[in-house]
Amino acid sequence: MLSSEIYDIIIIGGGVIGCNIARALSKYNLKICLLEKNADIAMGTTKANSGVIHAGYSAERQYIKRNLCIRGNKLYTQAAKELNFPFKRIGSFVVAFEVEEIKLLEELRKKGIEDGVLDLELILDKQKILKMEPHLSEDVIGVLHAPSAGIVSPYEMTFALAENAAINGVKFFRNQEVIKIDHSEYTFKITTPRNEFKCSNLINCAGLYSAKISKMLGLDYFDITPRKGEYILFDRNSIQLNKILFPTQTKLSKGILVCPTFHGNAFVGPNAQNINDLEDTSTTTAGLKEILEGARKLVPNLPLRASIQNFAGLRAVSNTYDFIIDNTEIYGFINVAGILSPGLTSSFAIAEKVIDILELLGVELKLKDNYNPYRPKPERFTDFSKKQLEKKIKEDSSWGRIICRCEKISEREILNAIQAPVGATTLDGVKFRCRAGMGRCQAGFCRPRVMEILSNELNIPYQAITKKGEDTNILIAKTKDLLLTQLLEKGNLK
Amino acid sequence: MNTYKTDVAVIGSGAAGLAAAIEVKKAGLEVLLLERGIELGGILMQCIHNGFGIKEFDKELTGPEYAQLFIDQVNQLQIPYKLDTMVIEIAFDNKLYAVNKNEGLIEIIPKAIILAMGCRERTRGAINVPGFRPAGIFTAGQVQRFVNIEGYLPGKTIVILGSGDIGMIMARRLTWEGCKVKAVVEIQPYVSGLLRNEVQCLEDYNIPLITSYTVTKIHGKDRLKGVTIEAVTKDYDRIIGTERFIECDALLLSVGLIPENELTRDAGAEISSMGGPVINNNLETTLEGVFACGNVLQVHDLVDLVTAEAKRAGKNAVDYINTRYKKKLKTIQSICLFPGNNVNYVKPDNISLSENIHDIIINLRVKNPDRRVQINIKDDTNRIIYKKKKSYVIPSEMIELNIKINEIDLNPNCNGLIIEVIPLLEPLIE
Repeated sequence: MLSSEIYDIIIIGGGVIGCNIARALSKYNLKICLLEKNADIAMGTTKANSGVIHAGYSAERQYIKRNLCIRGNKLYTQAAKELNFPFKRIGSFVVAFEVEEIKLLEELRKKGIEDGVLDLELILDKQKILKMEPHLSEDVIGVLHAPSAGIVSPYEMTFALAENAAINGVKFFRNQEVIKIDHSEYTFKITTPRNEFKCSNLINCAGLYSAKISKMLGLDYFDITPRKGEYILFDRNSIQLNKILFPTQTKLSKGILVCPTFHGNAFVGPNAQNINDLEDTSTTTAGLKEILEGARKLVPNLPLRASIQNFAGLRAVSNTYDFIIDNTEIYGFINVAGILSPGLTSSFAIAEKVIDILELLGVELKLKDNYNPYRPKPERFTDFSKKQLEKKIKEDSSWGRIICRCEKISEREILNAIQAPVGATTLDGVKFRCRAGMGRCQAGFCRPRVMEILSNELNIPYQAITKKGEDTNILIAKTKDLLLTQLLEKGNLK
Repeated sequence: MNTYKTDVAVIGSGAAGLAAAIEVKKAGLEVLLLERGIELGGILMQCIHNGFGIKEFDKELTGPEYAQLFIDQVNQLQIPYKLDTMVIEIAFDNKLYAVNKNEGLIEIIPKAIILAMGCRERTRGAINVPGFRPAGIFTAGQVQRFVNIEGYLPGKTIVILGSGDIGMIMARRLTWEGCKVKAVVEIQPYVSGLLRNEVQCLEDYNIPLITSYTVTKIHGKDRLKGVTIEAVTKDYDRIIGTERFIECDALLLSVGLIPENELTRDAGAEISSMGGPVINNNLETTLEGVFACGNVLQVHDLVDLVTAEAKRAGKNAVDYINTRYKKKLKTIQSICLFPGNNVNYVKPDNISLSENIHDIIINLRVKNPDRRVQINIKDDTNRIIYKKKKSYVIPSEMIELNIKINEIDLNPNCNGLIIEVIPLLEPLIE
C-alpha cells in the first residue's frame, strides 16, 4: 500500500500521550493518523506504570511538568465522564515514619497549596490515619493526605481515547515502526517497513524511542534513558486498600508504593533503575526483592501468596529531567518526549499544550460540526443486575457464555474488545481491553477459547494467533507435524 | 427466567461431580448436574494417558475411558445435566444462579449443593519467576489441552519447571510428538509427583530430572529463547555460581494446583489456608447443606480417590436432606482439627459428632519426607488418642486414616485435636 494521501497531522506513538493528543485533535477538521510500532496501542510504558493520578504537590517547581500535572489532574474529572474509563479519586498518603519526614511533608503541603492543590492535609493523629487505611504500618507517625489523587487503568483509558479518536475520524495504523523520515519544505515523508505516509505536521510521541525519531530529522538535542520500574501484582480481593501509599520521597522516583487498582487488585512497586536497553522489560530477582522489602515498610501484611504476576515498565527519562514539549526548529515537527511521572496525570494538559503549539504554527483549528466527545462505557457481565442479565442474554446469547472464569468475562465482552474501533487483534489486546486472562489462573483455562474467538473474528488460522504481534505465536505446529518432518529428514517415510 | 427445583445440585461434572451425582440418584433423590464445559467429564477428557481406575475398577484406563464409565451411568440413570452452563452465584438459602446461551439466566432451587469445580494450576506469577514475559510460557495442563484436544504443539524444545504429575506426563507426551524435552527442573530435592510417573515418563525416555534447581530467569522478549536455572538450598536460597542457561522455546509449569474457590468464597464459606473450603467430617462446608469433594476441596494424587470422596459427599448430602433438612436440625457443635509437627494440612478441618457417625476419614499431607514415623492425634490435654506407624511419608502421597469412633477415646467436649507426624525412635517392626 503506497498512500498518496497527505495528512494534516501524523502522530508517532500510540501510548497514552499519542492517543490523548489524537483524541484532542479529533475535534478539529483535520486529517489525522497515528502510527504505532507494536501490534497494539498502549503496549509500551502505558501498560506498565503505577496508574496513579497525582495531586500535583510533588514535582519540583522549576519544571513545566509541575503545572501540567496540577492542570492535568483537574482535567480527569471531565475526561472520565466523557470517555468512561476506570478512574476513581481515592486519595493518597505520603507516609512519614520519622520526625524529619514530617518536616518534609509540611514543606510539600505548603508548596502544593501555594500552587493551587488546596485540599492537602497533614494528618498526625495515628488512630485517624489507621482508621482511614487499616493496612498501613503501625509505625506511621503522620501522613500527607491528598484527596484529589486517584487511580486509573492507564491502558483502558488509552483504548478509550483511541476509540473516541477513531470514531471522530483519526486513522490508526499498527505494526508500523518508523524507520526513516524525510522532509521537504512542506511535507514529511515517513517510511515504515510496510508503508509510506505523508503529512504536513508531525508529532513525535514515541516514548522511549522519541530521541531516535527526533534524530531521524537531524534534531539531536536530547537523550532518553530508560529507567526500569518493577512491579508485583496481587490477586483481586487479597487485600483491600483504601489509599495510594507513598513513602516519603527519594530523588530518583516517588518511591515504592503500595496501591489498589481500580479493579480491586493491589500492586507494589516500582523501584527505579537506570538501564541502557530500550527493550529490557525483564524483572529481576533482586528487583522483586527490593520492591517487596520497600513495600513491607508501608504495609507489613502483604498477601504474598496471592501474587499473580510480576512485570516491569520503562520510564522514558530525558536528560533535561523535564518534559520536552517543543515546537522544534523544523517547521511542523513537534517533540513530545521525556514524559515520565507525572506524565499520565499530565497527559490531558500535554494535549492542550500541543494544540497551543499547532495554533502557533498556523494550523487551521476549525471545530467539527459532528464531533462526539463521548465514548460509551464498555458493558460488563459483572456490572449487570440479574434482571439486566436476563434481558441482555435474551437480546444477544453471547452474554450467556462465560469464557474467563476468574474474572467472569463473557463471550460478548471478548467480541466487543475485538470489534471495537482500534480493536484487539492479539491475546494481550483482548486481555488488556476486557480482562479475560487477567485473573489468578492467568488465562490457563480461557486462552484456547479466546484464541478460537480471535481466529473466527479476524478470519486467521488458530495457529497464527499471537500473544502480542509478530514472533509471539502461542503455538508452533500441529500435532504430528514435527514427527513427520523428522521422519522425512531421516528418510524413513515413503 | 427458568427455575429448576431439585434435591441436590452438583456444580461441575468432572470425576467428582459425576460420582457424587450418581450416588445421590442411586439413593432415590433428584439431582441436577451443572457443567460449564461443552461436554461431561471435565479435565479427565484431556488426560488421554492411562493409569486411571486401578483402585476403583482394578483396571488401567485412560481419562476419557474412566469418565465414560460414569457418563454411561448418568445416562442410564437419566440424571439431568446442563452443559455450557456457568454457575455465577450461590445465593441465600442455597439458591443457585447460572447462565447459558440458550436459556439465559436460570435459577436452581436445591435442598443441598455439592461443590465439584476442581482446581487450577499455579502460574508463573504465583511463583514469581523473574525475567521477560514472552510467548511460550504455559501451564502444563494448558499444554495438555492444546496437544490432546486442540491438536497443536507449544514448541519444539521444552523445559518443564516442577515435577508435578501433569508436567511429567506432558514430558512424555511431547517426546512422543517429536519435541525435545531438555529437562524437568524441580526446586525440591525430590520429585513432587508420583513415583510411577517418574519412572514411566522420565526415566524410560531419558529425560533429565534436575532436582534442587529452579528457573531464575526467563529469556526472550517476543518468543521464549531459554531459561536460566540455578541450584537452591533447602530453604530455596539461590546458590551463587550454579547458573546454567538452557535454550528452549517453550516452558511448561507444573508447580502445583490450587482448589478453585471464587464461587465458594463469594457464597460466604470459610476458606482454609490451602485454598479449599473448611469442611467437617461430613465434607460439609461452613454453609449448611453445601458439601465439597474432589480437587475443589483438596488436590488428590489419584482420580480414584476423588471418586471415593465424591461418593461420600453424595451420600452425606442425601443423609443431610433425609435428616437435618427435613427435621430442620442445626449442625452439631464440632471439634477443630489442627495440623501439628510435619503436617502441611489436614482435612477435615473439624469433626462434628452426631449419633450416626461411625467412621471418620482424615486426609493429610506431610511437609517433608521422612522414614519410620508415627502419626499421632492428640487432644487438648496432650493425650494421644490415636496413633499409627508408617514406614515412610512423602508430601506427594496423601495419607488417609480411617478411624472408627468407638475405637478411640475422644472427649466430645475437648477444644481441639492436633495431628502430628513424628519420627520413631525405636526400629519399626511391621
